[in-house]
Amino acid sequence: MKIIIAGDGKMGAALTRKLSAEGDDLTLIDSNSEVLVSSEERYDVMVVHGNCASMHILLQAGVKEADLLIAMTGADEVNLLCCMTAHGLNENIHTIARVCNPEYTDQAYAMRDMFALSMAVNPERQAAVEIERLLKYPGFLKRDTFTKGRVEIVELRIDGKNKLCNVALNDMYGIVKCKILVCAVLRGGKAVAPGGNFVLREGDRIFVTASTDMLAMLLKNLGVITHKVKRVMLCGGGRVSYYLAKLLEGSGIGVQIIERNPERCVQLTAMLPKASIIQGDASNQILLDQEGISGCDAMATLTGLDELNMILSLYGMNNGVSQVITKLGHIDNANILGNLSLGSVVSPKELCCNTIVQYVRAMKNQTGAALTVHSIADGQAEAMEFLADDTTKNCGVPLKNLKLKKGVLVVYIGDGARMEIPNGDSSFRSGDTVYVVTNREKGICQLNDIFE
Amino acid sequence: MNYKMMGRFIGRILMVEAVFMVPAMLISLWEKEFGAVRAFMWSMGIIVVVSGLLMFLCRGSRNRFFAKEGMACVGLSWFFMSLLGCLPFYISGVIPDFVDAFFEIVSGFTTTGASILPAVEGLPKGILYWRSFSHWLGGMGVLVFLLAISSMGGRENGFTMHLLRAESPGPNVGKLVPKMKKTARILYLLYVLLTVLDVVFLMLGDMSLFEAVCTAFGTVGTGGFGIRNDSMASFSPYIQNVCTVFMILCGVNFSCFYLLLMKEFKSVFKDEELRLYLGLIVGSVVLIVWNLGDFYASLGETIRHAAFQVATIITTTGFATTDYELWPGFSKAILLSLMIIGASAGSTGGGFKCSRVLLVLKSLRRSVRKIVHPQKVQAVRLNGLPVDEKVLQNTNAYLAAYVTAVLVSFLLISVDGYSITTNLSAVLACFNNIGPGFEMVGPTCNFAAYSTFSKLVLLMDMLAGRLEIFPILILFSRTTWRHR
Repeated sequence: MKIIIAGDGKMGAALTRKLSAEGDDLTLIDSNSEVLVSSEERYDVMVVHGNCASMHILLQAGVKEADLLIAMTGADEVNLLCCMTAHGLNENIHTIARVCNPEYTDQAYAMRDMFALSMAVNPERQAAVEIERLLKYPGFLKRDTFTKGRVEIVELRIDGKNKLCNVALNDMYGIVKCKILVCAVLRGGKAVAPGGNFVLREGDRIFVTASTDMLAMLLKNLGVITHKVKRVMLCGGGRVSYYLAKLLEGSGIGVQIIERNPERCVQLTAMLPKASIIQGDASNQILLDQEGISGCDAMATLTGLDELNMILSLYGMNNGVSQVITKLGHIDNANILGNLSLGSVVSPKELCCNTIVQYVRAMKNQTGAALTVHSIADGQAEAMEFLADDTTKNCGVPLKNLKLKKGVLVVYIGDGARMEIPNGDSSFRSGDTVYVVTNREKGICQLNDIFE
Repeated sequence: MNYKMMGRFIGRILMVEAVFMVPAMLISLWEKEFGAVRAFMWSMGIIVVVSGLLMFLCRGSRNRFFAKEGMACVGLSWFFMSLLGCLPFYISGVIPDFVDAFFEIVSGFTTTGASILPAVEGLPKGILYWRSFSHWLGGMGVLVFLLAISSMGGRENGFTMHLLRAESPGPNVGKLVPKMKKTARILYLLYVLLTVLDVVFLMLGDMSLFEAVCTAFGTVGTGGFGIRNDSMASFSPYIQNVCTVFMILCGVNFSCFYLLLMKEFKSVFKDEELRLYLGLIVGSVVLIVWNLGDFYASLGETIRHAAFQVATIITTTGFATTDYELWPGFSKAILLSLMIIGASAGSTGGGFKCSRVLLVLKSLRRSVRKIVHPQKVQAVRLNGLPVDEKVLQNTNAYLAAYVTAVLVSFLLISVDGYSITTNLSAVLACFNNIGPGFEMVGPTCNFAAYSTFSKLVLLMDMLAGRLEIFPILILFSRTTWRHR
């Protein structure tokens, strides 16, 4: 597929990395020739230097033959103009624009029709929604939702005090007392597909499939504190903070925002009537103590500096904040963070890229392809949702009799009414939704690809 | 340095070379030249063993590659490819001296066409084929071929850009389409198409298939190895004209052909480099015809010879239909100038390249204007677009490297005691991948007379000229091999 990415900044580069691994024909447009050169030397892409909203540059980038345009520059207006122009030049092109100004958020839906956008993405808002979801069930590091929110893959960290520490997976059910499936374990930076005899160790991060109703029970049985979050401290008053505060206000959670810039504080006060806005430097620990960091139920570090966010999170952890969420904007590879206890890590860039990659895959082959794809375990494994149909092989055969490819695990089978975490006797029928987790690099595009 | 990955690359390239020896061997088998068949068998055996060892020892490397590795890799590939490619000549005994055989194959791969063989008629057909085929493979580049047939590892394979840049001639190399593999395929497709067309046209002029194919390899690759002792002189005027046309075509930037196929005629005809290239050809032919006067019997013959000689020199092919050594001084001076200028960037030809000439002249003009208006801010423009300062810097650095390399080689080979004209034209003919020079190395003579040392110098000149100096220069830089 021919894809044009306008804007080779932080977002554009992350997207290039993902999409070039998918094997699409990519053309990048940017007005800064230096970032283009470095992208060209790193990925197999073509680059065009210039303003992405100008017709001349779009034509040079081959907009007439392109299937998809993704406008990812930092300016919403440029993105929208770019998509409109491209649509004017080629009316069959799909367009995705990044629109992140809060003033446009409410009208995002209307704008989609007005500007003929296929999709509008807002990484900051997406991050805020993700953080809010995490705050609802304190204890999970990450939650990925499937089937419109009924099934989830959640990430848990096994520390020394955890009941699951040094327990083999076969014996796990006695402790958690609900039907769940461990679909991947991240140990020492490597994703492993575990078998029944696999023993969990301290420091492992496990990925668990469960239906959404089970989550509360799972947390309770594991002994993770599950009292409701009442007060949250947000460090940094950027766009993510704003969206998050807005969401939390709605559910009646008290929000404290610490922001350095006085003008921004005034703005935030006007936009968020219920939140308490504190003007000051979040890196000042006395200020944090003064504002009662140890009394917070949760803390999210959302400043523009990754390093500062990490330090603040560590400080929060030390002060006994039970749930800490760290936003990382630049770091591609969370592996290097090792075992720093940063709590949950949220990357707006990553979330947004996943959404777009899903869209691209859906565009590529409509039949038999994965309905949704989530990358889990630091991008080393993928969870995919498939719909079994009449062309699917091995319908009705119990899983224990099937020969699946190495590194492939069926983690969930369901139709409209029934939902099942499968065991060896389970089977799927035509019409079922099947979830597969794999740590293979390539080769799984359709459900039939999982069989040996 | 990622030695393992470089080793694997070189291994793969040698494997490609071994595979390409198969047709040459089959021809020898068909012609019952068993000595040559044996030579090819031995050569292929040695190459396969070396390449297999390289690939085995260098397996499982990281797929990270930077500009330095890309350049060094291209330089080394060409060196080893030539070192092993000369084995059939040496083993079959056609060229008994190893350095001579090495010289001959380097001259082939770099599309120079400078020969040390006094007579080629009567040599085994398979050997002749391999000699001509080396032009074809070297013309577009063996790494580009490798890029076209195989996928280069992993997710981040933008490093292939470094390989394309190092092997394709010209100041500003870019891809035609987003995928490197497709770009390389388009280039080779155009190349094969031109070759086939050339063969067809030559066969219409009553050439045998073998002769047509060998001549086409020499023409389309702008190489210049002939299959007759007198190069092209004894062929019919029709065949000579076909060669003229195809030589000129192959001196054009191949991206122009791609744009023509994409029906973007406007940007092709407005291309400044193409205009300069064609203008130089027409201008030189007119001036030479005027200067020759009634040197030949008819005006038609004069034009034919003038056009052929101009085309063969500017595209750096090196065929000959007549001995231009006998021409008047002005005509020879024109040919000498064309030798230095060379063909277009992104073509199969060598030389300094028309686009570099344009850039150098334009930045010269800017410098002169700067003296008159010291405060004036101005960009050098090519095809209406401002040229990046980095490209200009590199072009100027290339000019400096070019002059230095020519001067040093000239001094080195002057030890042999031949005349200044002979030595200078020999260096120019080798460095610009032309083939024949003037006087002792003129179109009717060859390079056999030079000493072994001079041959090695000229051989390095040919490689440096084909790969545009830097990939060879970097091999001799100490910082390249130092650990980071």
